[in-house]
Amino acid sequence: MKKFLAITLALVLALGLAACGGTTTTTTDTQDEDEATELISVAIINNDPNESGYRTANDNDLKAMFTEENGYSATFYYSLKNDEQIAYAQQAIQAGVDYLLLSAADVSGWDTVLQDAQDNDIKVILFDRTIDADESLYVASIVSDMDQEGVTAVEWLESQGLEEYNIIHIQGVMGSAAQVGRTGALDDKVAAEDNWNLVVQQTADWNAETAQQIVQSVIDSGESFNVIYAENDDMAKGAVAALDRAGITHGVDGDVIIMGFDCNSWALEELLAGNWNYDGQCNPFQASYIDEIIKTLEAGEEVTEKTIILEEKGFDATTITQEDVDTYGI
Amino acid sequence: MKGVVLVEQDVLLTMRGICKSFPGVKALQNVDFTLRRGEIHALMGENGAGKSTLIKVLTGVYSKDEGDIVLDGQTAVIRNPQDAQNMGIATVYQEITLCPNLSVAENIYIGRGKDKSVKWKKMYTEADKILENLDIPAKGNMQLGNCSLAVQQMIAIARAVDMDCKVLILDEPTSSLDEQEVAKLFKLMRDLKARGVGIVFVTHFFDQVYEVSDRITVLRDGQLVGEYLIENLPRVQLVSKMLGKELDEQEDLRAEHPAFEQEAGAAPIFEAEQLQSNAGIYPFDFYIKKGEVNGFAGLLGSGRSECVRAIFGADKVIGGTVKKNGKKIKIRRPIDAMKNGIAYLSEDRKSDGIIGDLSVRDNIILASQVLKGFMRPYSKAEANKLADEYIKLIQVKTASRDTPIKSLSGGNQQKVIVARWMLMHPEYLILDEPTRGIDVGTKQEIQKLALQFASEGMSVTFISSETDEMLHTCSRLIVMRDRKVVGELSGEDLTSNKIMSTIAGGEDK
Amino acid sequence: MKTVKKIFSNQIVIPLAALIILALFNLIADPSFYKITLGLNSDGNPVLTGYLITILDSGAELAILAIGMTLVTAASGGQDISVGAAIAISGSVMLRLLCGPTANSQTLLMPIACAFLIAMVVSMLFGAFNGVLVAIFKIQPMIATLILYTAGRSIAAWINQNQLPVVVDPTFKYFGGYIPGCPVPTAFIIAVICMIIIGLVLKFTNLGLYTQCVGINERSSRLNGLNPTFIKILAFVIMGMCVAVAALIKVSRISTINYSVIAKDIEMDAILAVALGGNALSGGKFNVWGSIIGAYVIQFLTTTLYKFNVSSVALPAYKAVVVIILVVASAPTVRDKFAELSKKMKSKKSVKEAA
Repeated sequence: MKKFLAITLALVLALGLAACGGTTTTTTDTQDEDEATELISVAIINNDPNESGYRTANDNDLKAMFTEENGYSATFYYSLKNDEQIAYAQQAIQAGVDYLLLSAADVSGWDTVLQDAQDNDIKVILFDRTIDADESLYVASIVSDMDQEGVTAVEWLESQGLEEYNIIHIQGVMGSAAQVGRTGALDDKVAAEDNWNLVVQQTADWNAETAQQIVQSVIDSGESFNVIYAENDDMAKGAVAALDRAGITHGVDGDVIIMGFDCNSWALEELLAGNWNYDGQCNPFQASYIDEIIKTLEAGEEVTEKTIILEEKGFDATTITQEDVDTYGI
Repeated sequence: MKGVVLVEQDVLLTMRGICKSFPGVKALQNVDFTLRRGEIHALMGENGAGKSTLIKVLTGVYSKDEGDIVLDGQTAVIRNPQDAQNMGIATVYQEITLCPNLSVAENIYIGRGKDKSVKWKKMYTEADKILENLDIPAKGNMQLGNCSLAVQQMIAIARAVDMDCKVLILDEPTSSLDEQEVAKLFKLMRDLKARGVGIVFVTHFFDQVYEVSDRITVLRDGQLVGEYLIENLPRVQLVSKMLGKELDEQEDLRAEHPAFEQEAGAAPIFEAEQLQSNAGIYPFDFYIKKGEVNGFAGLLGSGRSECVRAIFGADKVIGGTVKKNGKKIKIRRPIDAMKNGIAYLSEDRKSDGIIGDLSVRDNIILASQVLKGFMRPYSKAEANKLADEYIKLIQVKTASRDTPIKSLSGGNQQKVIVARWMLMHPEYLILDEPTRGIDVGTKQEIQKLALQFASEGMSVTFISSETDEMLHTCSRLIVMRDRKVVGELSGEDLTSNKIMSTIAGGEDK
Repeated sequence: MKTVKKIFSNQIVIPLAALIILALFNLIADPSFYKITLGLNSDGNPVLTGYLITILDSGAELAILAIGMTLVTAASGGQDISVGAAIAISGSVMLRLLCGPTANSQTLLMPIACAFLIAMVVSMLFGAFNGVLVAIFKIQPMIATLILYTAGRSIAAWINQNQLPVVVDPTFKYFGGYIPGCPVPTAFIIAVICMIIIGLVLKFTNLGLYTQCVGINERSSRLNGLNPTFIKILAFVIMGMCVAVAALIKVSRISTINYSVIAKDIEMDAILAVALGGNALSGGKFNVWGSIIGAYVIQFLTTTLYKFNVSSVALPAYKAVVVIILVVASAPTVRDKFAELSKKMKSKKSVKEAA
């Protein structure tokens, strides 16, 4: 009876995890030997696709590219934790894949495992996020330049020509590349200019409800502000919910400028409706670039550009079109 | 009459003048025990007699306050179980203490750590040799958990034997075995006896004692009653020694209250036919009439509680029927019994009776409240009124009705539980050891209450380990031995003499 | 003397005292904390704003969950750690029903009440699943609910195929915002309704008595005609109902859902609320009002820390300190010491007075 119970539970747990892709999904099928050798095996280590709309789009893009039809046998690993990601990387190295594609949760801690990969003749390609490791450890990186995203956004904000900038700055999970990049540019600007002030600088961990509470707290305190600089769309949405309930106008012609990042479709719709002012793109579509690099390497050629920086736009509510929403929304 | 002092020869172990007390309790007072080579020595006594304390002193679990232990002619200093093991004193407990997920051989050799590297092959062959030698139907490479309980028990013994044990203590080894398994175990015990091992056998099964033992030592209330050769101690004597009642005292202990006047042809209110539960009792028949007080008599572990638990649906009923006023009723859970007017005051007050953290009031109203229904709680005023009424009626000594029941004395806790069941106004009240562990005054009050309830027309079953109490209260006794009903006594037969001889069975002289 | 001991032995005292201390602290630090203003929100409806209102509003979900968690704790002697994940599932179900399989319906596909009730049924089923593992298979509650804790958010994402449904209809915002014409946050009104319901249930049924009996002594309970298995499952099912209500408020606040962060770590706060309320986490006797006050203590603390601009990274550390103080203070041994101390002081006083 106890044994039966244990087995049942294990099954339930395994099914629960497998069915929902909680940690690992394998799309590799052990097919005929010779067919399998033709496929290029890649291990893709990514953040949890449930994390955000951005991540979901990124994951879908990768899944659509690395299929058997396109000549790949891909294994996907997901985790929001760096140590788990490193463990997955070690698994992949032991499995002897050809390529390791990595979007690291944290910028540090990767040297040893990437050295391992190199020793085992596995080529590492970074996507989406960069890491603190020697360039020789990976063959290429296709990343968003988060610093540039921040600079673009801050430049846009400066171009609004306000007399005084009183900013509520809502940060993402501290230490993530997106947070570091998007915060950096704003911090520099606030330090440099006298009429730029931070009313509040808080992390909401990418969470809309927390952002709402932070903005609510500022409203309750009665301090004045005219800009909300939220480091992703979810948090911008939470912030706007707090404004709405206090009857504070926002967006085009409103009292408060709303800025978000990631370009979710629904966020761009808000821009189009004039409820928000700015949304910075973070391009999730990296799969085609990766594919190109792998093709180049497989053909025996050298990769010319080690770091590819994705082109990223910033959208302004006054100039955005429906076409932009459809093209760039994720 | 003390035990016959024999000419001591071939003595293996002597315990002399052993004393051990715990805060407030003298568990052992000046107890002697002697074990000889090649004998099976039964250690007998009712609950609290000191059997397990004596064994724990011998095996080093407890340290003795006073007394000497001499093993093989040398004074033995036993400070911990490891010492005992090294001196060749091994114990096999009722609950098997081996590891079910290891192999038989591993279990035999585990924790003996003579050589550090394990030589598997050697270990298996040696284990097989030992098992074969003792005629135990198991192989060294089997997983222990796959063996039957009896075999596991025997493997535990084999482990002890292989450690060159001189004294083997078997603590209730047979309580979870069936008859065939018991027979196998006894064969092994006799084999070991032939090899000169001294075996201490603790059990409460009478038949088994008389089947396999050579000698009996009886303890009562922490004191030695005596040591007897088995052929010198008839069963009825053994019972009387255990209960502490000499046979010739008994005439004046005849029931004092007027015997229950049976209305001619009165039909029983409750009856059970071939009732059997999963608690290991044999199917039994039972009946009780309106206003009658009867009881189950027997030694500890004889199955008295199990019988009433089966009637109340507290254990899983696996056979037989229960009738109320001649009509069949279905009792699957206690609530079914309660709906049919049966109340059960359980034997273990602490774990089966009180709801410790709740107030006296909540404890009193609980059963009636459950019967009344989930959606119909008593109002606070009603509950208070009922609680106060019963606190007064049954004279519970408590600071207030809001006091948590756990802070009351044992006797008062018991009264609260009696109040709980009285409040339910049952037609049939079962009192299982209602007086255990409570002071003498309260004991008498509870006995009186039982009789009073009966005079008001309630049927009562009264169970007690004390024969006196049963004689005071019951007009009919169902006697049990080794989980079987072995007799029924009423009227003239209700004497402690008769009860003891019926409990003892066997040579019923 | 007796009353002193009585006051100190009442379990509500500690969370209430904590609440008062926090309130006093804010009063001294900045009296404007208590300013409540009546303004208009962006839809032109009158609404109350101010820190106090924010506390009552934001603490609503936690207070509702604390009710369920109290019952689960009392009956099973363990805690349900799958609450956050269950909220994700329940919220996801609601949005799936309202926005349709493609998650982009511009109109509501069914009445909100209907979607809510279905989500509640789903949530109760998940509660029953936990309950069965605990009551029938006798698995430690924390371990049993670990299953749903691990898988829940992925199940939630799977229900909507990883899409992000956004409810456009403004009426959906009412539950986490304001009903036109009513200046009190709806979330708080919902919480009060839940409190009234549990109050009535505890008064007019035996839920409280039965749950405590089972939690204190399961074997005795059975011999008194109770069905411990059923009562434990019932506690988990009620927890499921609370989860559904909390999920409605949560998704209504932002009209959408983020599967991985919605109600994150809320189970820990709910367990904390139960502990702060002076309830034993090992089950048995409980006081649901203590837990509710405990929930608001937590929210009061959070809001205070936001007000003083404590970085939310450091927030858990501050919470931890306060929690340690409160939990230690509410431990029975410490409480007895307190009672003894005040007794001594009183007797000294009376000696002095006599002299």
